[in-house]
Amino acid sequence: RGTEQVTCRRCVCVCVCVCEGEEAGEQHHRGGGYRVVQWEWSYVQTPYIIAIWLLVASVAKILFHFSQRFTTVVPESCMLILLGLVLGGIVLIANKKQLYQLEPALFFLFLLPTIVGDAGYFMPARLFFDNLGAILLYAVVGTLWNAFCTGFCLYTAKLLGVIDERVHADLMDFLLFGALISAVDPVAVLAVFEEVHINDMLFIIVFGESLLNDAVTVVLYKVYISFVDVGAENVQTADYFKGVASFLIVSIGGTLVGLVFAVVLGFITRFTKKVRIIEPLFVFLLVYLAYLTAELFSLSAILSMTFCGIGANKYVEANISQKSRTTVKYTMKTLASIAETIIFIFLGISAVDKSKWAWDTGLVSCTLVFIFVFRAVGEHFLTQSDLLFPETVEVIDQVVMSYGGLRGAVAFALVVLLDAEKVKAKDYFVATTIVVVFFTVMFQGLTIKPLVKWLKVPRSTSRKPTINEEIHERAFDHILTAVEDIAGLQGYHHWRDKWEQFDKNYLSKLLLRKSVYRKRIICSIPWIWAEVSACPPGGEPSGLSDHCVPCSATIRTGFMSHIRISLSERENGSGVCLDLQVIDNIPGAKVEEDTETHHVLAENLYKPRRRYQSHYSRHFMPVGEKERQDREVFQRNMKSRMETFKSTRHKRHKKERSLKKVNPTHRHQAPSDTIKHHPKLSISVRHRQKTTDTFRHLQIPSDTVRQRQIPSDTVRYHQTPSDTVRHLRITSDTVRHHVIPSVNIRDCRTPSHTIRHHQTQSVRHCQKQ
Amino acid sequence: TATMGASQTRSEHKHQDLVDRTGFSLEQIKNLHKRFQQLSGNEETISKEHLDSIPALANNPIKKQIIEAFFDKRNQHQNEVGSFQEISFEQFLMVMSHFRPPTLKTTEEEREALRKEKLRFLFNMHDTDNDGTITLEEYRKVVEELLSKSGAIGLEAAKAIADAAMLEVASTNVPHMAPDDFYEGITFEHFEQILKGLEMESRMHIRFLDVDTSTMRCGKSTS
Repeated sequence: RGTEQVTCRRCVCVCVCVCEGEEAGEQHHRGGGYRVVQWEWSYVQTPYIIAIWLLVASVAKILFHFSQRFTTVVPESCMLILLGLVLGGIVLIANKKQLYQLEPALFFLFLLPTIVGDAGYFMPARLFFDNLGAILLYAVVGTLWNAFCTGFCLYTAKLLGVIDERVHADLMDFLLFGALISAVDPVAVLAVFEEVHINDMLFIIVFGESLLNDAVTVVLYKVYISFVDVGAENVQTADYFKGVASFLIVSIGGTLVGLVFAVVLGFITRFTKKVRIIEPLFVFLLVYLAYLTAELFSLSAILSMTFCGIGANKYVEANISQKSRTTVKYTMKTLASIAETIIFIFLGISAVDKSKWAWDTGLVSCTLVFIFVFRAVGEHFLTQSDLLFPETVEVIDQVVMSYGGLRGAVAFALVVLLDAEKVKAKDYFVATTIVVVFFTVMFQGLTIKPLVKWLKVPRSTSRKPTINEEIHERAFDHILTAVEDIAGLQGYHHWRDKWEQFDKNYLSKLLLRKSVYRKRIICSIPWIWAEVSACPPGGEPSGLSDHCVPCSATIRTGFMSHIRISLSERENGSGVCLDLQVIDNIPGAKVEEDTETHHVLAENLYKPRRRYQSHYSRHFMPVGEKERQDREVFQRNMKSRMETFKSTRHKRHKKERSLKKVNPTHRHQAPSDTIKHHPKLSISVRHRQKTTDTFRHLQIPSDTVRQRQIPSDTVRYHQTPSDTVRHLRITSDTVRHHVIPSVNIRDCRTPSHTIRHHQTQSVRHCQKQ
Repeated sequence: TATMGASQTRSEHKHQDLVDRTGFSLEQIKNLHKRFQQLSGNEETISKEHLDSIPALANNPIKKQIIEAFFDKRNQHQNEVGSFQEISFEQFLMVMSHFRPPTLKTTEEEREALRKEKLRFLFNMHDTDNDGTITLEEYRKVVEELLSKSGAIGLEAAKAIADAAMLEVASTNVPHMAPDDFYEGITFEHFEQILKGLEMESRMHIRFLDVDTSTMRCGKSTS
């Protein structure tokens, strides 16, 4: 920590000196004649300072992570605020006045949209809508309750004399203050909860609340500002009704603006096939425009951006190329991370500027107490009402939810925006807000982890759902819809089902690319992680290809390994042989079907894509990410290589077929066979090696049923003499958590369709880890 | 008028009895009774055709299974097997009670029992031949109905998924299978085990309303 301070101090001193050096620089110009080197400070001043700030913030982040022990205990936001305090102190001392401040305009136009845009775009839509009732309840009713109660109680406190006389505020001012201090802040919630990893439902409720309460906050703020302008005496009852109407307009209007932009974005990305490079630009522009347009009409900008992101995400992700997806994801997260850092540092800096605030102990302490108490009480009542909850919320969850009500930079920016002429007590309010924000972010941020542990709150499971679970999740949707229909209720599932029909028949047709639309049904199965993607030679892999999935699917089991199950129709009719362990040496191979399936499989190269993401994290990539990326890179390489071989292979097929019939044992000597096998090998595998290591896993001669142990995580592809069945073998490295034992599901030959183990001539391995 | 009053109190008695047996509230039972009468055309029992003719169910891929489930004797908690031809309101309610949401007041044991009940319902739905295990063929059928009926993926892919799922069950439950063993099928215990991670009691329920929504409903309405 000492080193960080020193470094930062040095940076700031440079800035400061640079400012003062400006004057010295100008004197040089008077000398006349030609200057070889000049000091162009005034020219580059603004961007230079911005860049230096960004650099300071980012370097600070690096330095924080040097101490592992520290980072697990202290959340990053705390450290950033402390750093801001230190920096602010330095600047103050150096300059005797505060140079840098968190400008509300900067905050609302640039910093906040990046964070909210990132959150909205990557919001898990299904989770969000499943809990939408609870979220709305808290966001609207909860915030209103908090705002009014806090305002009224502060006023009573003033009347009772707890708050000092110097604070010249009356009821309207206090109500205004209550409105802006009671809103839960999305920036703070994200920053703190990201490190806590509570279960998804709790997180989405608190986070959704922080986003959706923007409408309430905006309306209350504006309404009270106008009331304060006019003066408390002149407020008429009509104005109250206007307030309510304005709330509806602001919230619904904001949502509609967001949805309109979402549709536009989806529609545009449908046609961006030829301009892939600027695809991410469309995403950023339109999401940002959604925000600005809502601001233009003084609607709720956060709502607009959130719904634009949620709405567009599904269609955009299907339409744009893989590289664009990556670009969008990384850029958004980088920008959001930077914005968050800057916000917290500036919060720290602004706190140090004494000229801007005035202290009143009574006000500060009352506010702190009230916001806590009213939030807890409000949460409790709302959960008891049992109105809209799809799930029951336990006491533990309530505690976490009330504890998670963090205030942050939004409240601060709003209070700084107040007009000091109209609101005489502004300085006191500013000081109180600073204390509240610091308290919630730092104290609550520090203590929430131990609290969560102590209360044994269920944490988020980062394990992927098993196939059975996913099948049943899907089954539930249909079962519950059916039961609802039978019972005559038009409940949540009924409407969701209707929406999905509408989406399938109209919306997807409009917004998805034709090729994607035809395969959209695969998209709709969230848990088939494979998509068929055939890329044009040398081109980008598009979302989904034009090829069908006739016979194969790469299926992800719960064991974090990919099993390529290849099926084809056998002559005697029944279908599947899934032998995961052993080569089945069935004589009488049907060579043609083999090669044909080879051909089909080779054309459909699989590219698993993450569909199910419920855990939102900006800082840490999920565990399998690195390997997945390596594999994807590898796949792309392989694809391009494949394409060059494709054309030559066709010709050789015919020749080899005749060869193979004659001589089954030499089948695989032909190099084209070797090459044919590669894509399947590579794709289903998680590689930890470099991508050049592609040709290691070649086949074995199939007349022997030997298995070569390759100690890497590869899927071996064996060609068997059996007619159409392909068998796979997964070595132990691929399977991280669980090894698939030697279960042989086969019903090809048996009429009784039970799963049986088949003892073959080969060696059977029972691998356990 | 007197007879009407008498019959009303009689049905209320019956309803009260049902409250204790099924766990619904009186209001919910009344609403469901109205719906039952709507479906049955004011008869005492409904048959499969009545349920079949609900228009909203037409697109549901597992329509058949759900309707079967209503007529399945095993779901009546009376240890019988087979299926009815027609069911009465009471039996209708028994099946519906599998979908009750847990309230704040349910204890841990009740929650566990609820969970087992719902799992049992699912199991019965899959196990169509009543033999106590879900075989590969039955499971395949389930997956097929869920996926390929709606045109989502081809039959073969559905089969593959079912096989992989079966494999998963086998490997989780019987990790030490010897080479010569069969895996006959998924038993109820295995089924429980494999769905341990799912929060059945919170996922699998619908909200039965206390308010009568018959006037707000559109769709099948007889009078």
